[in-house]
Amino acid sequence: MGYQTVKFYQTGTYTVGNRLLAPDERSVQAGELRSNSINSGHRACQGCGEALGARYAIDAAMAESNNQLIAVNATGCLEVFSTPYPESSWQVPWIHSLFGNAPAVATGVAAAMKVKGKTEVRVVAQGGDGGTTDIGFGCLSGMFERNDDVLYICYDNEAYMNTGVQRSSATPPTARTATTMPVGKEPGNVFGQGKNVPEIAMAHNIPYVATATVADLRDLEYKVRKAMKMHGARYIQIFVPCPLGWGAASHDTIKLARLAKETGMFPVFEAEHGEVTGVLKIRNKQPIEEYLKPQKRFAHLFGKHAHPEMVAHLQAIADRNIRKYGLLDEEKAHG
Amino acid sequence: MFQIRVHGRGGQGVVTATEMLSVAAFEEGRHAQAFPSFGSERTGAPVVAFCRLDDKEIRLREPIMEPDALIIQDPTLLHQIDVFSGLKPDGYVLLNSAHSFEQIGLGELVKQRGHARMCTLPATELGLKHVGRPIPNVPLIAGFAALSGMFKLESVVKAINEKFSGKVAAGNIAAATEAYALVKKQMEERAHA
Amino acid sequence: MLKQIEGSKAVAEAVALCRPEVICAYPISPQTHIVEGLGEMVKSGELTPCEFINVESEFAAMSVAIGSSAAGARSYTATASQGLLFMVEAVYNAAGLGLPIVMTVANRAIGAPINIWNDHSDSLSQRDSGWMQLFAETNQEAVDLHIQAFKLAEELSMPIMVCMDGFILTHAFERVDIPTQEQVDGYLPPFDPRQSLDPKEPISIGAMVGPEAFMEVKYLAHAKQMQALELIPQLAAEFKQQFGRDSGGLVRTYRADDAETMIVAMGSVLGTVKDTVDELREQGHKIGVLGIISYRPFPLKEVRAALVNCKRFVVLEKSLAVGMGGIVATDVRMAVSGTGLKGFTAIAGLGGRNITKASLHKLFLEAEQEKLEPVTFVDLDWDVVNKQLERERQNRHSGPIAENILFDKGMSTSAKFG
Repeated sequence: MGYQTVKFYQTGTYTVGNRLLAPDERSVQAGELRSNSINSGHRACQGCGEALGARYAIDAAMAESNNQLIAVNATGCLEVFSTPYPESSWQVPWIHSLFGNAPAVATGVAAAMKVKGKTEVRVVAQGGDGGTTDIGFGCLSGMFERNDDVLYICYDNEAYMNTGVQRSSATPPTARTATTMPVGKEPGNVFGQGKNVPEIAMAHNIPYVATATVADLRDLEYKVRKAMKMHGARYIQIFVPCPLGWGAASHDTIKLARLAKETGMFPVFEAEHGEVTGVLKIRNKQPIEEYLKPQKRFAHLFGKHAHPEMVAHLQAIADRNIRKYGLLDEEKAHG
Repeated sequence: MFQIRVHGRGGQGVVTATEMLSVAAFEEGRHAQAFPSFGSERTGAPVVAFCRLDDKEIRLREPIMEPDALIIQDPTLLHQIDVFSGLKPDGYVLLNSAHSFEQIGLGELVKQRGHARMCTLPATELGLKHVGRPIPNVPLIAGFAALSGMFKLESVVKAINEKFSGKVAAGNIAAATEAYALVKKQMEERAHA
Repeated sequence: MLKQIEGSKAVAEAVALCRPEVICAYPISPQTHIVEGLGEMVKSGELTPCEFINVESEFAAMSVAIGSSAAGARSYTATASQGLLFMVEAVYNAAGLGLPIVMTVANRAIGAPINIWNDHSDSLSQRDSGWMQLFAETNQEAVDLHIQAFKLAEELSMPIMVCMDGFILTHAFERVDIPTQEQVDGYLPPFDPRQSLDPKEPISIGAMVGPEAFMEVKYLAHAKQMQALELIPQLAAEFKQQFGRDSGGLVRTYRADDAETMIVAMGSVLGTVKDTVDELREQGHKIGVLGIISYRPFPLKEVRAALVNCKRFVVLEKSLAVGMGGIVATDVRMAVSGTGLKGFTAIAGLGGRNITKASLHKLFLEAEQEKLEPVTFVDLDWDVVNKQLERERQNRHSGPIAENILFDKGMSTSAKFG
């Protein structure tokens, strides 16, 4: 996994200070030659996890491809905030076609590059969780099974944020969205639904599947760079908190991403050809409440009409992730 | 314009038969139009296909309702549909059967229409003998060339060579040649009878 | 080279001669033989360089073509019917982005009830998508229109559908002159895109456009189709120079000079119409034909000029605007507005219903005597229709319409010739 040798959290802070590293050990984002693929001035919300994730991911892909990159974008927040006509934040060739077809458009771009012999030009497609796990899923699966030479990045903020926070198949159980309101017997999104797209991607036996969060940007850059070293269909799902949609403070984006990982709610791993090859271990396991409480979308689980049984159910889901992926060192020892 | 309707069942090469008829006509410099009675046919289901021949461009796109000739690839169809529907009074009939029209109960029809333009041919047997498959279409096309005099056997052979190659082509050419000879012989016998 | 060849195979050969660089294929009758033919040519190495992609849906087919065209590759796909409808969002998107994709539409009816046979409902449903639509009368014209289509599309940077009647043309074996590679290369230059995704010169394509500029973008799509009205006859003339054949153009008339009754139609039915008109001419009827090749852009001026001297016209169309009448007829009537010409609409051939010379004879004679209803449904079985209407009057739970009608026609179990 993408560790850096100097572990700054040992000094009491989680902030990665690249200034303290030698130039060749610095992240892409801290390097002097970063491409600024998504330039400043775009219109993302304060604390937007997606803007941060996309900036790191695309700059890393640019670095690895020697700036020979074409980006395809599904409809969604990223597309809207980055390109209000006639302005564009994109410093790379970029195309947006539709909500549900980014993987197929990327296949077309890759095919054009292949037929023209421009083998140095690489293709990245990107979309939110709605564009990826729901409406674009058919095209995504088609691109995977044909093993088209595309890196697809899903910025997962667990709902349709661009349209005003509606439930997607990536929305967790109990979460409040505009279409899963915290009312009735089972408030918020229900248990027993949703799909795990990283695992479905693995089932296509594609060369590379990974998850990452904006809490560990070193790991994120490492995974993008690793994916860009490979050819064929690759998939990275990046966990990107949405302050607006989650009812969280803008300054908590990184913290929530970290808690999602540290509680086991969002397992961070990588897999090659359908086999898990590495996991990012939980450093300091947290109870699920720590992750839920700062978010208004889970507020109905606590307080006067609390639902401790639902919190327990969510904890069970996190614990299952921990067991399944071996997210804790002692689990590994016992397993 | 000369219009041929071919009846058969899915899997018997009915559409291929009309295509090859059109290729044979093309080889002789004529205009030809072959088309199936478009449907989602399944193996064994009744199938109809059509072929028009003319010396000038063929513009007409309707199905053939009053054919000048019928090729019937499967005699069991006689009990199922009116294959003779619209056949012109002097139209040709070529039926795939090892038996005579009289033997399969079509004696009346022969009486009405006369023998000169009607003929049966054991096309399935010829297909089995020469190609190893019970596909009657190629022997029937060659037999039709003999019956109607519309094409030369060489044009049928050209059409076979365009569609098939190697052993399959050779087998089909042998089947066509024997079919052509069999029908010619029948015609001559009748002429002398 | 003259060949006796299936329409689909001929089109596949013509498309291959146009040197497409990316082909997306998804099976749907009756276009499938076209992409099968192309797939074989790519796999054998006969057509190279070319990427042939077996996609998972028509939506993906058009989306892949959007990506490859935007990245500067000459891009082609083919579809029909439900397939065209399944890709509609991407169809509009390709036009909105101004990508010169060429797509064959093997025209087929739209369900329900599911029906695989020919009519024009599918591509006509995309009338306002921004795509140009050219209709072939014969397989020779289908071949020729594809070659012209790539040139037209790329000149204007707009997509184009070449429409050919499903089964009637796609599955018909007939004589077609397939041009040589040298001839096609001499006519169609390599693709020089107006916009292209290229790391050397990064551009953004597909940004959100608000009220301040959207109308201008849409107007420009319209302006391009107006340019096409000039360009289409020009390309047909150049085509004739290079290939020695009249093919394409906006409209084509037949025995129209002194015609008092004109028959307006699109596609392969024009052949049967012309044969019928020849017979009626022999009987002394002053009747002629106007074939429309370019449905979009619609040549209002040329249609008006072709009809202005007749007394009455019938638009014979394989499409139906439910709740209104004719689709093509609406445009034709617009073209002759103010002339006071008597116009009739005849809906025929829906879902592959045979359009026979006998029916056309009757229809044209009734038109000549101006005895037709404004909208006529050719060879409609009124008994069956009335029976179902009566059933619905008498029984609230009258059941599914299509199945009732099949039952009434006695067609539900036995296959029937004709």
